[in-house]
Amino acid sequence: MVEHRRFGNLLAHLVLLTGVLVVAFPVYLAVIASTHDNSVIANGQMPLYPGTHGLETYWHAIVAGSSKTTHQPVGAMMMTSLVMALGIAFGKIAISIISAYAIVFFAFPFRMTAFWTIFITLMLPVEVRIYPTYKITSDLSMLDSYAGLILPLIASATATLLFRQFFMTVPKELVEASKIDGAGPIRFFFDTLLPLSVTNIAALFVILFIYGWNQYLWPLLITTRDDMQTIVIGIKKIIDVHDALTEWSVAMATAVLAMLPPVAVVVLMQRLFVKGLIETEK
Amino acid sequence: MANVALRNVRKAYPNGFEAIKGVTFEVGDGQFCVLVGPSGCGKSTLLRTIAGLETVTSGEIDIGGRVVNQIEPADRDIAMVFQNYALYPHMSVYNNMAYGLRNRRMEKKEIDTRVQEAARILELAALLDRKPGQLSGGQRQRVAMGRAIVRQPKVFLFDEPLSNLDAKLRIAMRVEIRKLQRRLNTTSIYVTHDQLEAMTLADILVVMNGGQVEQIGNPLDIYEKPATTFVAAFIGAPPMNLIALRDADIALPGIGSEAGILGIRPEDLHMTSGVNGAVPDGGIALDLTVETIERVGAETYVYGLRSDQNGTAAVSAKPGELPPGEILVRIPGQSGPAIGERIRAAAAREKLHLFSADGRKRIALS
Amino acid sequence: MENRAIFSGKLLAFLLVAPQLAISLIFFYWPAAQAVWQSFLVQDAFGLSTQFVWFENYADLLRTPEYYQAIGVTFVFSALVVVFSLAIGLLLAVMANRNIRGVQIYRTFLIIPYAVAPAVASVLFIFMFQPGLGMIARELQRSGIDWNPVLNGTQAMILVVIVAVWNQISYNFLFFLAGLQSIPKSVIEAAAIDGARPMRRFWTIIFPLLSPTTFFLIVINITYVFFNTLGIIDTATGGGPNGATQTLVYKVFQDGKAGVDLGGSAAQSVILMVIVVALTAFQFRYVEKKVHY
Repeated sequence: MVEHRRFGNLLAHLVLLTGVLVVAFPVYLAVIASTHDNSVIANGQMPLYPGTHGLETYWHAIVAGSSKTTHQPVGAMMMTSLVMALGIAFGKIAISIISAYAIVFFAFPFRMTAFWTIFITLMLPVEVRIYPTYKITSDLSMLDSYAGLILPLIASATATLLFRQFFMTVPKELVEASKIDGAGPIRFFFDTLLPLSVTNIAALFVILFIYGWNQYLWPLLITTRDDMQTIVIGIKKIIDVHDALTEWSVAMATAVLAMLPPVAVVVLMQRLFVKGLIETEK
Repeated sequence: MANVALRNVRKAYPNGFEAIKGVTFEVGDGQFCVLVGPSGCGKSTLLRTIAGLETVTSGEIDIGGRVVNQIEPADRDIAMVFQNYALYPHMSVYNNMAYGLRNRRMEKKEIDTRVQEAARILELAALLDRKPGQLSGGQRQRVAMGRAIVRQPKVFLFDEPLSNLDAKLRIAMRVEIRKLQRRLNTTSIYVTHDQLEAMTLADILVVMNGGQVEQIGNPLDIYEKPATTFVAAFIGAPPMNLIALRDADIALPGIGSEAGILGIRPEDLHMTSGVNGAVPDGGIALDLTVETIERVGAETYVYGLRSDQNGTAAVSAKPGELPPGEILVRIPGQSGPAIGERIRAAAAREKLHLFSADGRKRIALS
Repeated sequence: MENRAIFSGKLLAFLLVAPQLAISLIFFYWPAAQAVWQSFLVQDAFGLSTQFVWFENYADLLRTPEYYQAIGVTFVFSALVVVFSLAIGLLLAVMANRNIRGVQIYRTFLIIPYAVAPAVASVLFIFMFQPGLGMIARELQRSGIDWNPVLNGTQAMILVVIVAVWNQISYNFLFFLAGLQSIPKSVIEAAAIDGARPMRRFWTIIFPLLSPTTFFLIVINITYVFFNTLGIIDTATGGGPNGATQTLVYKVFQDGKAGVDLGGSAAQSVILMVIVVALTAFQFRYVEKKVHY
């Protein structure tokens, strides 16, 4: 529009720049802190530019962990987080896509009941059932195990709803043509439906990976063994030691490492991420 | 005084694309001006620069004697009817029309008077409490016009307002718009790609193509004397037959060497009695073999292939182009030749149109 | 649901839904049912016998001042996060919606907070706000404010609100941006021609048309505060000082850790379940209908 275009654009840049600074500052600070020696930080003397201890700190963190708390090297914790996140992401996608497939493309008794059963789980986030779920997990001997970390979190309805919505837009003719070509339900799924769903799967993957990686409450409850700690839990334990003794440089390095994979995924797969976010909320 | 004058208006985008290449014309107070042309010719862009929704790279836009280039749309005293109506979905019909007046801090009573009056003229009185989502296309269109009318602006701008309506409704609304404009006597600028709409609505017709003005004038003048082959083929349906003279073996006395293209409207070609029928003095005759016949009840379209065709070069005038060598003859009534028959179609000299070889210049025929 | 049934293999269909149903039943319904059942029980001091007491646990809860405090904390926390995080998200979205250069870059930066785990975000802010050590904490001290969230309940709340708002900016920003882009440009132009200046256009046209998105985000943000801030609270304040940052969910967590009053803990969980159901129902009935992207 003609009006005040230059002023408006200048204002927009200003506001957005401020927003970006506010958003990025904590992250920036963490990166800076992870490159300085801990004593400098503890003294409150840390400058705003990077220091020279970066390599040393990261190496120390990844390989040896914070010596004062968990003896778990950050590198190992990242592996645990990775397995959990991938497990949750793939797990959710796998069981949701086949459920949605069944509900949309098959006629079977109690179909709608199955759908509602799954749908209602939307209303039961883990936080409202923590202790009973803990008990069951314990009863099934799944504490301190990947199964225990992953299984109770993967039956979410959001992925199923997304796939269902998408499948309902697949033209009926496609299935009929497939049938005429002699394909049974399994062939149809792998040869036709799955390729069509790739974008949705990728978008969901981004969201679910982040969800899985960033889990806090559940892993905290069910893992006590050092070698099953995820990096997000690990951070808490590093700073849990009362202030003056906290190795902040290591803590910040751990924080940066904890942020790295999800942030990388979101930034690199931005378009898919935004699509996934918006699709899952509809 | 609410005339609109454009002086050498140019619009170029940062990437170099020139949407408007220097347009100059004037619309007098109370006149209905139609900008017509194919998609992408720049007519909507031009309208939007007059509205102030787009900036102008150079040149001046003048409304009522005032140069408005730097003035906000809100202050240009114009009103616009959009192609998709652009009604405020969350407001009632009444509020849609009152919005503009409220923004100008008009008194409540005055607003009510104006809205009720506009509703009466447009037969919207029963719909004032409804929301746009509850209206049909035609009703929404009328609300869009109502919104424009209540403002009593200097100029109405219409951006293809009838394109989203079905054919019958379009014809009815076309008439309504014209009647309304005559009644209110407000200067109007109307954009359309439909040449029929353009012909029936305009006092002044501006034919545009590729960002430039091809011709400006009274619709019938343009119809009788198109300035370029583009205008010749665009205005008038079915489109004018255009023949490249160098590919044809037509005996046409008294034309200069610069003449390149001959144009004849289908309705100006008459079948002579028999293949060797008489040719009018100074006119031409085309010997055709009938290919296709279309009977639409009131008239018959005869498509024939010229037997004098030498090359197969098509004349460059895209709208409604016939395949090379094919001629369309329009015959009133339902009689006509049979397919495969050989006929002779003749045209009088005064009905011929002559253009330069590049189609950009009209050449007078003595 | 329309009948798209095309394949007839019933056995296959059952096999396909089985995994999700199984997990739902084992890890969702069964625990939920247990929670409901337990909320009607009371264990004796030695954990040896249990007694069915109808709604006594609930009544007890409603007599506990700490529970009301938790309700208040949750309410205040939600309100603050909703107001600030939506306002900031909207402001950024409006600015990003203009056709300016570099929008992609801005957007890339602005979506980063979403990817950061709440607990990690908390650590980042603790680092800045730690009394004595944190950069911002020192500035505050220097300008005369006695900053110590460990002792001051209000300051503790401020800290967690800041972290939560930071974490949620991306989400609100993205949805507001999508909402803004779904408003037809011609409607805004019509408003401009109708004499509405930018601010007036915003409040009379854009904001009302954004209301489905706004309501949706309010519900989402409330849900976030209720259920996803546990990591923040646990790392930053531990629920203190004196329960100043103990939300309802955090209270369930802490009470359950102590392991003493299973019935009470279960009752709290059930109440939370009811709240989720209400929120979800509200979302689906009033919001989903109007939201189109």
